[in-house]
Amino acid sequence: MNEFLNTLQKPWPWYVAGPLIGLTVPILLIIGNKSFGISSSLRHICAACFPANIKFFKYEWKKEAWNLFFVTGILLGGMVAATLLGSNEPLQVNDNLRLELATYGITDISALVPTEIFNFANLFTVQGFIMMVGGGFLVGFGTRYAGGCTSGHAIMGLSNLQLPSLIATCCFMAGGFIMANLILPYILSL
Amino acid sequence: MNPAENTDFEVRSLDAVCVNESQLQHPWWFNLKYLLVGLFFGIVFVKAEIISWYRIQEMFRLQSFHMYGVIGSAVVVGMISVWAIKRFNIRTIYGEVIDFHPKKFNKGNVYGGLLFGFGWALTGACPGPLFAQIGTGALVIVVTLLSAIAGTWVYGYFRERLPH
Repeated sequence: MNEFLNTLQKPWPWYVAGPLIGLTVPILLIIGNKSFGISSSLRHICAACFPANIKFFKYEWKKEAWNLFFVTGILLGGMVAATLLGSNEPLQVNDNLRLELATYGITDISALVPTEIFNFANLFTVQGFIMMVGGGFLVGFGTRYAGGCTSGHAIMGLSNLQLPSLIATCCFMAGGFIMANLILPYILSL
Repeated sequence: MNPAENTDFEVRSLDAVCVNESQLQHPWWFNLKYLLVGLFFGIVFVKAEIISWYRIQEMFRLQSFHMYGVIGSAVVVGMISVWAIKRFNIRTIYGEVIDFHPKKFNKGNVYGGLLFGFGWALTGACPGPLFAQIGTGALVIVVTLLSAIAGTWVYGYFRERLPH
């Protein structure tokens, strides 16, 4: 039993995690005819809390409440993984990336999000504001404009062989490549 | 049919999700099963370091195969599952037929996709990992999540005026 727990506490390889994530697609379909998707939860929150008479938010969000339960579960899963299944092993980070980040003064690689960038004090700097507030805004705006995120398009949409999802996924990746390689270096040196 | 329902349908036709939903009415606690699936999903997110900002940077810099392996194998398993559900007419546990709705291309897939890509590389998170990161104790990500909700709201506000 202890050995089993130890194995679970170590970081899981991609060939375990990927198929488990893929299985979420049939599980959600079979337990309730639900299409896998996460970004729509943000829309349901808008519809529930601030509909402001906007057409896009005037729908029966309570019918989609399952999605809010699902994301609440993800949050709880994060808590369980960080406590019961937490590991003491250092994060695996590519050496080139580690060196590059060090040139921007980011050396603390102990948490899954770099605490030297993502902290409350840094919210009031240009860099922190762009990365946390600006980045979050782009995630919310972009996913809804694109009609889905990594789960709805890249996983659910591609699983169902949808061409629009393939196009959207390619654009996600293109946007990420442009930001990470061409723009982020300037933001990190701020 | 009242006008509200019409709006509802029109909005949904452009959206990735909010289709293919069950017509059954259940008490609220039936939703707890989705909480459980989410819990399991959140654990996978954290333990496979999918919510790691560094993993996302490695992916966009081609410095690691990890994320490509995760997404690639997830898609393969998803494809086989969807194929099997269609091929063998698998029904839900309540006996409902599982139906799939095709997505229609619109320019938002491109413009929105690029904008989301920018945000993904900045925050190191797509919407799912935002929730998981908060769960692991990165409380400042609550601000990022609120900003994402604001972004969704602003999209809804300007939707009619954006190219689709």
